[in-house]
Amino acid sequence: MDEAPKLNVPVMAELTAKNESPEILFWVGCAGSYDERYQKVTRAFIKILNKINISYAVLGTEETCTGDPARRAGNEFLFQMQAIANIQVLDRYNIKKIVTACPHCFNTLKNEYPDLGGNYDVIHHSVFLQQLIDEGKIKVKEGGSFKGKKITYHDSCFLGRANDIYEAPRKILEEMDAHLVEMKNFKSRGLCCGAGGAQMFKEAEPGAEEIYDKRTTEALATGASVIASACPFCMTMLSDGIKNKEKESEVEVKDIAEIVAESLNL
Amino acid sequence: MAYLQQIIFFVILSAAGYILWKRVTLIRSNILLGKDLDRTDNRSERLKSMLLVAFGQRKMFKNITPAILHLFVYVGFIVINLEVLEFIIDGLAGTHRIFAPYLGSFYNVLMNIFEFLAASVLIACIVFLFRRNVFKVKRFTQPEMTSWPLLDANLILITEILLMLAILSMNATDQVLQTRGINGYIFTGQLVFSSLLVPLFDGLPAGWLVFIERFAWWFHIIGILGFAVYITYSKHLHIFMAFPNTWYSDLAPMGKMESMDSVTNEVKIMLGLTTDEGSAQAPEEIGRFGVKDINDLTWKNLMDAYTCTECGRCTAECPANQTGKKLSPRKIMMDVRDRMEEVGNSLAKNGKGLDDGKSLLGDYITKEELNACTSCNACVEACPVLIDPLQIILEMRRYIAMEESGSPAQWNIMFQNIETSFSPWKFAPTDRFNWEKK
Ligand code: SF4
Ligand code: SF4
Repeated sequence: MDEAPKLNVPVMAELTAKNESPEILFWVGCAGSYDERYQKVTRAFIKILNKINISYAVLGTEETCTGDPARRAGNEFLFQMQAIANIQVLDRYNIKKIVTACPHCFNTLKNEYPDLGGNYDVIHHSVFLQQLIDEGKIKVKEGGSFKGKKITYHDSCFLGRANDIYEAPRKILEEMDAHLVEMKNFKSRGLCCGAGGAQMFKEAEPGAEEIYDKRTTEALATGASVIASACPFCMTMLSDGIKNKEKESEVEVKDIAEIVAESLNL
Repeated sequence: MAYLQQIIFFVILSAAGYILWKRVTLIRSNILLGKDLDRTDNRSERLKSMLLVAFGQRKMFKNITPAILHLFVYVGFIVINLEVLEFIIDGLAGTHRIFAPYLGSFYNVLMNIFEFLAASVLIACIVFLFRRNVFKVKRFTQPEMTSWPLLDANLILITEILLMLAILSMNATDQVLQTRGINGYIFTGQLVFSSLLVPLFDGLPAGWLVFIERFAWWFHIIGILGFAVYITYSKHLHIFMAFPNTWYSDLAPMGKMESMDSVTNEVKIMLGLTTDEGSAQAPEEIGRFGVKDINDLTWKNLMDAYTCTECGRCTAECPANQTGKKLSPRKIMMDVRDRMEEVGNSLAKNGKGLDDGKSLLGDYITKEELNACTSCNACVEACPVLIDPLQIILEMRRYIAMEESGSPAQWNIMFQNIETSFSPWKFAPTDRFNWEKK
């Protein structure tokens, strides 16, 4: 494990003890918490949050799975157990606004928790970052490390088709003067990475090809040196695809938050 | 004798009307085999969706070539049916081109528009036949496109071609008869497209011409009536169903899954959140969890199945299907319709209906298909008439998980992890915040 300096991350329980109530909760998600690769994205996003001086907090060890994979695999009981328990925690802290770096958490919190009484203003980190840029709170142009670089953006199904978010991540890339190239299938016709619907947690059914290999082929065909993504599962799948094709030395998969943090020299 | 033709026409029209009414009643009762669902809200959004997607064909325009060809057939279908009104009045009243004297020169304009559309429909249908049978566009040749769906599609195209040829031949012979001043053939002015056929008929004696003109007339109107009955058995039903189906479509974001209230009740009791255990509002009779057979689906799912035109746009976009998995969202819709019709036909004959020992899950749709879905919504996005195959897939997974505990082993492990460690992976909950220090 690489030794990085400890980040200064405000935790909800501690703030509440101090009688503080932060403006926004950062919902980290299971991948953002445990997956070694995605922990880096979490940290990158935290650095941005720290830089802009926003009042935020995380739930820390009080956070649990939103229940999305259980629900998509058919286990509605387990989903609702998770959801109702999470809503209790969120409501106990009187949470109003949530930002998350996981499109699955985002979709579930935003679209599915209201049916169970959890109503929050939920925003995905790609939209959040784009707003920061729009509002002039961060200036990605100065970094310049992505200027002119060929980048392709992979649409997460749960952001794109599921929630109609296609533009925000692209705008961020354009904002830093990256050379955005599209794959054969993009936006509403974007090809899935293969991980949604709880596929992340099992082997694919028998077939001719892995979905992530197919998508990776499309991404490589653009000639981009960076594949930008905005979802932990997409990141895992595409990284596997790159590994399978032995292109790790030429092509990187990076999250939008990492790209922004990098261009801010964070 | 003078009224014989009118009587025959009346009998044919009534018979077609009766059969259609019976068919519509059966289809309606089949759809109502589904569970209740309230889709009466938000009428302005619904109207918008119907106008844009069904009338406006918006979703068709993702692929321009078939979209334009289809647009011709669609506009042709709607407009040419105005002419059928004249046919019916003529048939009942024993008149010929009853609108012509009233509309004057506008009648000529109208007829020319009809002819233009007839010619466009003709050409579009020929191209469609080629796409299916010669170029073999992939989405028309996948495994679920067995002999009947293939034949159905071709029959429709051939029928439309014949109907259009009939209209044009009828108008061509009519024009020849007009120029010969035969009694009853009222002057229509030049009809551009059928004029092209005039040389074929020019040399024939009047008797022949009248016969051909009448034959084409009868062929066209009987053809249209027969076609109307036929489509109730066919995938072509979308020409009607597209309208209600887009009206009643799901207006929520595609990512949202329907919550199960029956589960909420039980979960709240388990978590000790409800005190009045079942006393105040005893939960309405809990059926099964999820979907095993068609009566577990909602009426909207069943309406979707009747609306599906088997075009395969969903399957063409499906990542699982593209990579050789068994799943095909089109097949899901076709299976639902087949099973629904099996049950409906059996019930109509006082048969066993749902209790015939078969079910949608297992006998039509296998777990392997269901387990391959990534819930990516590509199929939902692709469908030109707003059908939602994904909802059916996920509901069947609910049945498998909650009623059969039959989910894939790796999913069961994932469930266990969430239950015990509150994460789909087996990590200690106390380590959840370790990323801070890394
Ligand atoms: S949601 Fe499922 S069935 Fe529909 S396209 Fe995606 S993988 Fe295929
Ligand atoms: S569900 Fe829609 S896209 Fe799929 S075959 Fe039927 S009509 Fe076509």
